[in-house]
Amino acid sequence: MTPFDALYAAPAALTAHAPVIVIAAPLVGACAAALSPGARSSWVISVLTTAFSLWMAIALAGEVAREGVIDYALGGFPSPMGIALKVDAIAVTMALLISAMGLMGAIYSGHALLSEVRAEKHTLFQAGYLLCVSGYLGLVLTGDAFNAFVFLEISSIGTYALVAAGERRDRRALPAAFNYLIMGTVGATLYVIGVGFLYGATGTLNMADMGVRLVTLGDNPAVQAGFAFIVAGLGAKAAMFPLHGWLPGAYAGAPTLVSVFLAATATKAAIYLLMRFTFDVFPLDADFGRLFLHGILAPLAAAAAIVCSVQAIFAREVRRMLAFSSIAQVGFILLGFSLATQAGVSAGVFYMVAHALMKAAAFMALGAFAISLKARLLSDFAGIGREAPWSTVAFAVAAASLAGVPLTMGFLGKWSLIEAALQARQAWMVVVFAIGSLLTLVYVGRIVETMFFRAPTPGAPRAKEAPVGVLAPLWVLAGLSVWFGVDATLPASLADAGAAALLGAAP
Amino acid sequence: MTGFAVEMSAALNVVLLLMLVAIGLAVAHTRNLLTAILLMSVYSLVSAAWLMVMDAADVAFTEAVVGAGASTIILLGAILLTRGATARVDWRAMVAPALLAVITGGLLIYASLGLPEFGDPSSPANAYVGRMYLERTGEEVGPHNVVTAVLASYRGFDTLGETVVIFAAGLGVALMLGFGPRATLAPAPEKMGDHHVVLRVAAKMLIPLITLYAFYVQFHGDLGAGGAFQAGVILAVAVILYGLVFGLRETIAAVPVKAARSVAALGVMLYAGIGVICMVNGGAFLDYDYLFSPQVEAMIPANLLGDPHEEHHWGQHFGILFVELGVLLTVSSTIVTIFYGFAGRSIDAEEAKR
Amino acid sequence: MSEFLTHFNYIAVVIIMMTGLFIVFSSGNLIKRMIGLALFQSSAALFYISLAKVTGGTAPITLEAASEAGRALAAEQVPGYVAQHGIDGVVYSNPLPHVLILTAIVVGVATLAVGLAIAVRVREAYGTVEADEINAVSRIDAAGLQAEHAP
Repeated sequence: MTPFDALYAAPAALTAHAPVIVIAAPLVGACAAALSPGARSSWVISVLTTAFSLWMAIALAGEVAREGVIDYALGGFPSPMGIALKVDAIAVTMALLISAMGLMGAIYSGHALLSEVRAEKHTLFQAGYLLCVSGYLGLVLTGDAFNAFVFLEISSIGTYALVAAGERRDRRALPAAFNYLIMGTVGATLYVIGVGFLYGATGTLNMADMGVRLVTLGDNPAVQAGFAFIVAGLGAKAAMFPLHGWLPGAYAGAPTLVSVFLAATATKAAIYLLMRFTFDVFPLDADFGRLFLHGILAPLAAAAAIVCSVQAIFAREVRRMLAFSSIAQVGFILLGFSLATQAGVSAGVFYMVAHALMKAAAFMALGAFAISLKARLLSDFAGIGREAPWSTVAFAVAAASLAGVPLTMGFLGKWSLIEAALQARQAWMVVVFAIGSLLTLVYVGRIVETMFFRAPTPGAPRAKEAPVGVLAPLWVLAGLSVWFGVDATLPASLADAGAAALLGAAP
Repeated sequence: MTGFAVEMSAALNVVLLLMLVAIGLAVAHTRNLLTAILLMSVYSLVSAAWLMVMDAADVAFTEAVVGAGASTIILLGAILLTRGATARVDWRAMVAPALLAVITGGLLIYASLGLPEFGDPSSPANAYVGRMYLERTGEEVGPHNVVTAVLASYRGFDTLGETVVIFAAGLGVALMLGFGPRATLAPAPEKMGDHHVVLRVAAKMLIPLITLYAFYVQFHGDLGAGGAFQAGVILAVAVILYGLVFGLRETIAAVPVKAARSVAALGVMLYAGIGVICMVNGGAFLDYDYLFSPQVEAMIPANLLGDPHEEHHWGQHFGILFVELGVLLTVSSTIVTIFYGFAGRSIDAEEAKR
Repeated sequence: MSEFLTHFNYIAVVIIMMTGLFIVFSSGNLIKRMIGLALFQSSAALFYISLAKVTGGTAPITLEAASEAGRALAAEQVPGYVAQHGIDGVVYSNPLPHVLILTAIVVGVATLAVGLAIAVRVREAYGTVEADEINAVSRIDAAGLQAEHAP
């Protein structure tokens, strides 16, 4: 039923190993980039390996559409003794999103990195970027709870240093990266302790196997503690309110490439894993599961959607506005998931993709300005629409999607979220969506208005249009936000199949 | 039902854990950072002893090498570079974390009562997958040390990931400390007094021994406690000792900065490459049974390891050997890279210019 | 009281865990915070290893020399216990958590190295590693930004 049904994108011999190649391609690319002689060659490696990874993800999507679920036993040892990759409709959707964003970021980094990172650091920087891409891909494809911890760390450890590299533009990136490291590590350690509790109760690390064995253990306090730890740990990684303190500084301070990729994927991969545990591993029928979804997750998500939108309005620096907006949008996504209905989860996945496209495009546009102009505060961007029209219009398109203007993907996403909330008779949620969207409109409107209609400060430095290498990925992402806003067949079918897979219903 | 040895290990368990709790509280209490670092080093040693009581020989070895060794060196380097000897104390900032810790801790202790009893052989953890490894390693993989078999083969993908984490840490430290005017990676020659002579002679004797020991630990991993992680750190310690005694400049002449960074990447590539070879030969990623094509496997003499009658899984045997080599390369060169990062950094930019 | 004894390990682990977490969130000194983080991470190791211990067990190394010690231990047990839980007459502790914790220890030292490297850079940029002073300077940065760009 998905457009992928009849897709045979790669030879069968490659497709059979696609789950692991998706992860391994950027990983090997990272080693090659670290060994490469110069900035240019490391960029080529970065683009090629992420493109290869995306190709494999597309082939994998075809295979999943036909087969349903693919289990890949690493080392040839079937689970639970070996580590298995488990690829179903939701996992492959995430893998497509992450590898596509990885490729866009890699292309974009050709020019954008030059203005922000010392040239002699480029090879190592590209290597770190590729490790981060590989880590998030592994995180969404693995079916093993402990293996997920390892990928959580792969995706994070290099990234802390990448974020800190933003100190060349703003030294506040350094303490921000440190806080990110503390919260990230506390989160990962909480997660691993939680997995330990579940392992102690079930004796297995394979998530599917765990789920089977936990069915009768729902009221064991050790299992509940394990689940609480996993929620807190992944919540910190996903910037779930109130564990979001690390995010604004990290996104605002990091080099643009890193902000783009993190904003598009980091919190989403953590949300995905959290949902995998909530729906697949933990017995949802238990009172505890319902209490978590409706009593804890939904109110916190609603608080994030409102409070952080207000914080975005009062932020002075544009990057910080977008960062606070990210936390608020995570709230939107989690509200969808907390409904635990087919419509709600599907809307959550759809909005997740929509948000990845628009936020990546928005950060890319800021990076495009940054090549020629040191602008941080909103007022610095006054009149930039006339100086760099292509970048600014792309930013406006992304911002429109963020605000939920019709004919954009953001609009469809918000619409389906509201529909799902109505269907589930959660009127209060509709109110939250409405208020959150209005608040979004306020700060997005302020930015766009300043960019197009404010006269630039006399004597202030002028911006120049960014080179094509930067504009191309930017416009691809902005264009997709509109394309999918008009014809949403592809993302909607992926989201529907993903939701069905997550909720365990037949697709 | 239990005898003296079992009672003894139960008593040691309690005593050592109480020591660990006490050291932990002392770390929280002290304001002096040097004290805290040395306490952490002691903590690692005590926990290594406790790990031996827990039958976790490999983990004990790693904890002693990594926790008491490598971590302490890095921490000492960091306080040298930050010139911070004492942490400031603000009582007001402590109330909320203390409350959080006490409440969470209480809930956790309650929750942990739902876990199986300590030492229970029929708990899910010990009776299910864990026991399957003990039963099947002999016929499926080979090494006598089951931990090595699980580490390098059953859960080889985790270990690849772990190697990548180390590689990423090396990248991170190099990105942070390896560039710019303060990264004096080739400092002026230090004036060495004659009083260093004893040190130098001792180091020259020790370094080959340490290197030899590293290789012993590396190749002994099949049979007993030890393996590539421990060996990698020990190998790096040989380089670090050379650096401490003969100066950073001499060390970099012997092991260049770029070489250390490259070898780390090569180690990961070797590991992943083994996985790819298994795939090309028709198996799953990292399925060492497919490491050799049948023709190659037929060429391996049956008495390669002495006893020709013993059944061998050559693919598994060499697969584990090669991936452990990859881990050794990455771990040792990354620890050296981290050492260069901290040791080569000068505190003041002015000092760096001189 | 019996529950206290049979779950003593978990109680000790939780105390160390909370001590580590307390240091991380109460301390302003970046180095001290990293030390607290290391303590917190090590509590996860203690937890896993405690899960893996089997009474009367020995290290999971099936070599004959190593097994002798195991046999000596097994001889002290009731025969039924060894027959039920042992393999070839020796009771082994569980190897799986050992493997997991090897990974976790390595991750711990990797985090420590990167965290301290960032702390060193913070010291270079701010002249201090105390969080309150860093925050004060950061606020001045943000305000300076404001003044610098004021129309």
